[in-house]
Amino acid sequence: MRSLGTQFTIATTLAWRNLWRNHRRTLVMLAAIVVGVWAMILFGALMRGMLDEMVRGGLNSLPGEVQIHNPQYRDDPSIENSMAPPAGELLASLDRAPITAWTARIKVPGMLASERDNRGLMLLGVDPAGEVALGFDPKDIVEGRFLESASDRGIVIGRRMAERLETELGKRVVVMSQDLNNEVADRGVRVVGIFRARLQADEESRAWLGRDAMQELLGAGDAVSEIAVTGNDYKAVDDWWQGLAESAGPELETLPWQQLQPFLDSMFRAQGSVNAVLTVIIFLALSFGLVNTLVMAVFERVREIGLMMALGMKPASVMYQVLLESLYLLALGLIIGNVLAVATLWPMRNGIDISVVGEGLEMAGMGSTLYPVLAWQDMLGSTLIVLILGLLASLLPAWRASRLDPVQALTRN
Amino acid sequence: MAAVRCRALSKCFVQGEQVITGLDDVSLDIAEGEFVGLCGPSGSGKTTLLNALGGLDTPDSGEIEIGDLRVDLLGKGALAEMRLHRIGFVFQAYNLIPVLSARENIEFVMQVQGVPAQERKARSLAILEEVGLADHEDRLPAQLSGGQQQRVAVARAIVSQPTLVLADEPTANLDSHSADQLMDLFGVLNRERGITFVIATHDARVMAYCRRLVRLLDGKIVSDERQPGQGQTAA
Ligand SMILES: Nc1ncnc2c1ncn2[C@@H]1O[C@H](COP(=O)(O)OP(=O)(O)OP(=O)(O)O)[C@@H](O)[C@H]1O
Ligand SMILES: [Mg+2]
Repeated sequence: MRSLGTQFTIATTLAWRNLWRNHRRTLVMLAAIVVGVWAMILFGALMRGMLDEMVRGGLNSLPGEVQIHNPQYRDDPSIENSMAPPAGELLASLDRAPITAWTARIKVPGMLASERDNRGLMLLGVDPAGEVALGFDPKDIVEGRFLESASDRGIVIGRRMAERLETELGKRVVVMSQDLNNEVADRGVRVVGIFRARLQADEESRAWLGRDAMQELLGAGDAVSEIAVTGNDYKAVDDWWQGLAESAGPELETLPWQQLQPFLDSMFRAQGSVNAVLTVIIFLALSFGLVNTLVMAVFERVREIGLMMALGMKPASVMYQVLLESLYLLALGLIIGNVLAVATLWPMRNGIDISVVGEGLEMAGMGSTLYPVLAWQDMLGSTLIVLILGLLASLLPAWRASRLDPVQALTRN
Repeated sequence: MAAVRCRALSKCFVQGEQVITGLDDVSLDIAEGEFVGLCGPSGSGKTTLLNALGGLDTPDSGEIEIGDLRVDLLGKGALAEMRLHRIGFVFQAYNLIPVLSARENIEFVMQVQGVPAQERKARSLAILEEVGLADHEDRLPAQLSGGQQQRVAVARAIVSQPTLVLADEPTANLDSHSADQLMDLFGVLNRERGITFVIATHDARVMAYCRRLVRLLDGKIVSDERQPGQGQTAA
């Protein structure tokens, strides 16, 4: 278009001033766009935060984004279904990027007994350095200490478990499990540390022991139950877990968290569609207002649109003029909405305390703090949706304006 | 060359069952530089004729030439181009875009024509000076009197140097003093620039200005007289 460049100044001036001819109507529409955009981004960030929290929480109790087992282990996690510690090609793969940490552990069902009570749980025989590298936070030890090495002979139990067994730091408890010969093996161990977990359930569903001590107890030699692997980004495991599976070979079962915890995965996948549905609903409400605003604006200006056309303005330029006005309104609403959303989320960046409602949420796998995640995809996504659909909705009034007959429009009273 | 030449123009309006005659076999020649008044009672077809000449409306039959252009053969886009570049319009009212200042209203047309911003500004200021509104460039239409508004409309009509200006009752909303001023301006532009004017009017004072007066009745030309008007070049 020859005149597009030179059209710039007056067309934009005209669009901008036209926008403010009916202050109230424009402000109401602007407010609607701002609130809509703000809500979309805010909701997206809270949803992401909640989901992230759930997945992390879920992964925390694995832990490890990818795990390698004996193929029978998941059906029957006894020491019989164990595997040899990694060697050769698998070991080489485990030490390569993007894998940031891995550890081999014993993980078998067992029982813990004090003089007062006993409880079933998973016994983890671990190399503590490996667990810390994998994500165990030593700050979660609320009393005593974490294990010092794989040959540590103490036990670290959860806060809740200590209450259940009515035991405490420094006391002895008995650890029981089935050994390789299906005999009950037991041993008294001293409680050297007490941990807390995001989920109270985790505090009584597992306990940490030294790996050597467990292997010895179960007569398992150097066998382990699982190899847990992390790349420090649960969203990225799809990039590498299959490669690792190849190195592990077909005799071992290598699975990413999505398959280890299908529930987490489906939640994770649902998020995208929930956000999209919400965005579309908010937008539909907005677009009615937007179309109405523009239809009214065009209706009120029939005469001057007729004048412009009588003077020689082409229908396409008339459309462009109406769309430009709509673009201004949308852009203004988007900028304010985005800024407002960021401003709202900024004070929440260190998490918001949801412990009031936390009891219920814990069942869904959440801790008591929600960290909203402001994703640029959410901001860009809602911005693009509002902009594109907004302009599409504006096409109708713009088209109607361009179809006006100048003679009739001019003589209209 | 003739500025305007039309032959056997007819136009009917159908309104429900009724067929209203707008123009009935109108033929008219207007030479370059003429100053023509179109008069006749309300409903006689003045506006219909002006709209047909200006390419705003298409007649049912007949031929129209504006300069070397066969207007009746042009499509919508070409008609818009013709209005934009060759013809200046002055309407009775609602001539200006209310949110644009006097200067911006004038620039608006040049912008649609694709005139660069610098030139637009210079030309609109010069033309405002010519119509006697040099210090009113930043006023919005609502801040101008009716006469001033019409003069801005005239400035806009002539800024792209059209050879023909079509004015439909330009003084209808003006007091007699403003009407005289406007007609004087038309006269000056006609004499000094040689612009051809065709002015539809009810106003006896405007008629008195015109060297040639075409009278319509029921869509027909009933008289076509030359008179000693004030605004005219050599005929
Ligand atoms: N769009 C239209 N639909 C129906 N009839 C129309 C239309 N436009 C004009 N007419 C009719 O055509 C005839 C000529 O109208 P026109 O507007 O040309 O008259 P005019 O001489 O300009 O009158 P006035 O002095 O009142 O402006 C009138 O009878 C009018 O009612
Ligand atoms: Mg008329």
